Amino acid sequence: MSLAHSDAPEAPTTAPARAGTPATGVSDGPAAPGPGVPHVVGRVDDVPPGEGRAFVAGGVQVAVFRLRDGSLHATQAACPHAGGPLADGQTDADVLVCPLHLFAYRWSDGVSTSGAAPVRRYPVHEDAGRLVVTV
Amino acid sequence: MLGGRPAGVSTLQFAMDDADGVDTRQRLVVVGNGMAGARVVEEVLERGGGEQFAITVFGEEPHGNYNRIMLSHVLAGEEHEDDIVLNSHDWYADHGVTLRAGVRVMRIDTHAKVVHAADGTTTPYDQLVLATGSRSFIPPMTGLYSGDDELLPGVFGFRTIDDTRAMLAAAAEHERVVVIGGGLLGLEAARALQGHGLHVEVVHAGTHLMNQQLDPDGGAILKQSVESLGIVVHLATRTTEVVGPDRVRGVVLADGRVLDADLLVIAAGIRPVTEVALLSGLEVERGVVVDDQLRTDDPDVYAVGECAQHRGELYGLVAPVWEQARVLADLLTGTDPDAEYHGSRTATKLKVAGVDVATMGVNRPERDTDEFLVISEPRRGVHLSVVVRDDKLVGATLLGDTRKVAFLTQAFDRGTPLPAERIRLLVDLSDGAEEVGVAELPGDSQVCNCNGVTKQGICDAVAGGCGSVGAVMDATRAGKGCGSCKALVKQVVEWAADGDVTEDPSASWYVPGVPLAKPALIAAIREQQLRSVSAVFAALGPGGAEDAKSKMGLTSLLRTVWGAEYEQENDAKFINDRVHANIQRDGTFSVVPQMKGGVTTPAQLRRIADVAEKYEVPMVKVTGGQRIDLLGVRKEDLPGMWADLGMPSGYAYGKSMRTVKTCVGTDFCRFGLGDSTQLGIDLETRFQGIESPAKIKMAVVGCPRNCAEAYVKDVGVVAVGNGRWEVYVGGAAGASVRKGDLLATVDSPAAVMQLTGRFLQYYRENANWLERTYDFVPRVGLAQVKAVVLEGSPEVLADLDAGIQRSIDAYTDPWGQDGAQPATPGQFRTALPLVDLPKVPVR
Repeated sequence: MSLAHSDAPEAPTTAPARAGTPATGVSDGPAAPGPGVPHVVGRVDDVPPGEGRAFVAGGVQVAVFRLRDGSLHATQAACPHAGGPLADGQTDADVLVCPLHLFAYRWSDGVSTSGAAPVRRYPVHEDAGRLVVTV
Repeated sequence: MLGGRPAGVSTLQFAMDDADGVDTRQRLVVVGNGMAGARVVEEVLERGGGEQFAITVFGEEPHGNYNRIMLSHVLAGEEHEDDIVLNSHDWYADHGVTLRAGVRVMRIDTHAKVVHAADGTTTPYDQLVLATGSRSFIPPMTGLYSGDDELLPGVFGFRTIDDTRAMLAAAAEHERVVVIGGGLLGLEAARALQGHGLHVEVVHAGTHLMNQQLDPDGGAILKQSVESLGIVVHLATRTTEVVGPDRVRGVVLADGRVLDADLLVIAAGIRPVTEVALLSGLEVERGVVVDDQLRTDDPDVYAVGECAQHRGELYGLVAPVWEQARVLADLLTGTDPDAEYHGSRTATKLKVAGVDVATMGVNRPERDTDEFLVISEPRRGVHLSVVVRDDKLVGATLLGDTRKVAFLTQAFDRGTPLPAERIRLLVDLSDGAEEVGVAELPGDSQVCNCNGVTKQGICDAVAGGCGSVGAVMDATRAGKGCGSCKALVKQVVEWAADGDVTEDPSASWYVPGVPLAKPALIAAIREQQLRSVSAVFAALGPGGAEDAKSKMGLTSLLRTVWGAEYEQENDAKFINDRVHANIQRDGTFSVVPQMKGGVTTPAQLRRIADVAEKYEVPMVKVTGGQRIDLLGVRKEDLPGMWADLGMPSGYAYGKSMRTVKTCVGTDFCRFGLGDSTQLGIDLETRFQGIESPAKIKMAVVGCPRNCAEAYVKDVGVVAVGNGRWEVYVGGAAGASVRKGDLLATVDSPAAVMQLTGRFLQYYRENANWLERTYDFVPRVGLAQVKAVVLEGSPEVLADLDAGIQRSIDAYTDPWGQDGAQPATPGQFRTALPLVDLPKVPVR
């Protein structure tokens, strides 16, 4: 498998914050058509157990989660409801909960248990300590 | 001009027959562009009347149509005049209606079917609607006019936006106003002008205020409420003379007293405007006489609104006018050629001079067999009465407390059955009376304002199979915002399910993911020595499973139980607690440094200012808790900001003790009875950052003037002199407003500190997750709280003292701690947005 490498920036480049603008106007990027391209986004150790971190995979923002059982999950970075930063959410074996309004999304199919639009999921796996997300 | 349009925009003309340019539609002319006239036009258009009629509206005022009811709000400065526009000039143009604003109609030639206007034009009509409304009644007084029918400068009616504007301009320049008329309009004017800082006196000819709506007892109570606002009321007297001569200098009353005044507002009632009808030869008594089809004695001329007299009644309220407009539109458009208006039962709910008033039907018994129930509480400013005739509600008057108005209105309008115990009409008795309240709610009434869930939405969820309150809340999100509507949601669910509600076993659990109530959970945690959230789940969760939504509550509980011995797991914390800042809607954070007691120094302020500039903080705001909030901070900037600030965290993000507000106490205040500032600083020092079931806000004030709002805090301390301090608990001024309960009066700051600690610990150990003190104290009862924290056994008190001390000892400033050494890799990595992506239109 050939890996397209995109560096996770050391210091993330963030545009200066504008007061009170939710990230709804920001696209989570077009997913590549077809089977997708794997990208190394960082190391598994970058994501503490039970938490999530945001990365860019091939120009697409993704949130990657490492659950306490060791499993990896990746979703779009912005909550479909109001653009909340999903990587800052809380997780358990079944769902991801957005920090802004506590909408929950199932890992199994991305469907919201609270009535929001479903969240987009991306395949993610570990490869020799590296975190690989396919978008 | 109100509701005006830019110059040069022409009116859209609407011709039905474009082929030869001849408009074949009937001509409908409406005389009067107030709420009644415009409403008739709207109703006609709604029934497709735009194709039947070429509509022309004459309005004496140059403005579009505006909401006259709201003029008192404009006068009070609560609404901008632009916000009360109902139909702007553009609206008429857009709907093909010709508006002749600022043109007065002189008379109608009913034989030639032509309208003669003051500007010399004539306008032919096929159907004509009179909606000339009413004008202020100006009682006769000497010296009221300065020649030529001009009111003396400083004298105002209160009827139009121009009156209102003139009063606002005058209010800015003068100090004393006399309002003639103690009815609804007069009292509204009085209250509004008082809000502009004027000294207000009301002169009312009747023997009690609002004598149209209230009985004498109710009027007396209203007078008391009005006077408590600082408005002077003179009853049962008339104004006979206006002191001039160049402008208003005062008024002379019938009993000879002289009141100084720079302004005189006349709100002594309204009179229908009938001149056009009279000059046109139509039948006029008090108003323009109409039949049940709102027709005058000319078959093609109708009248609606305040100028119309129907079955001997004149209506001055908006609801009957709406009904009339609907009937008339049905008739004119042929939608219902048999439509008839049979009069209105008038019910009204309003706020008069800050007092809630609702009236409907009669205000006192009229027959021997009428039942009359009165509840009068002059001290509270509450006076409630109902009149029941033949088991039907025929009248109700509610003053000062209108909670029952929805139910009473329905009973009054529809003649719905009344409770056998008549007192239930006016007060909720404890046993099951809430069902009445819930049943009467209309389906489209919003139950949960945060998430926009209506009663119907909840009923649908129940009908759709949700069998428990929790299931309905999950399905609809009702009650999942601020949570203040949870009790109502529960009532609606129980009502909708007709009692067939599954008892939510989880309702008693501390968190949804661990099936134990709080006392059992604490016991299990202690017994099994569970020191981390994952250990709790493994030992006590169903099948050892984690639950995301339970983690935050468990983290809080473990910190309460174990203090410093709690085993930290960052993933079990809410994001705010992970990064010690409050997440905002755009994924940025707010930073609030500790500012004990709201006291700061120039050096601190300088540092905050430097930090705000260095990190390009988009907004710096003074909070309600007497601190400074830096909003819009990027997550990755947090540690740097903390280091540069060099100040501890203010805990403005956690379910924890947040802030202690203080007033300036004895150091500078002339009135201070105790050193509230120092006590506030000491309280904040002792209890800083203490985690609890929900946030805790405190305040200390140096006297009962309550400048730092101690009466509405979770813990509020009030100096009452002689070294004594009152301690209030369970107050709130958030989604709920509640005055705290007086827990005890103690005689030293040290005693305040000890009692506060005991109360906090009792609350921490016994309250449900996210249960604020204002729910907790009423739930367990003040007597129970007192029994424990004041009269508990020495062992109980020692346990409470030790418990709070354990948490106090475990305190470390999170900013100092994590700022230096992140708790987890990437603790302060940004989560959004990582890259500038091309912006796509939001779908």
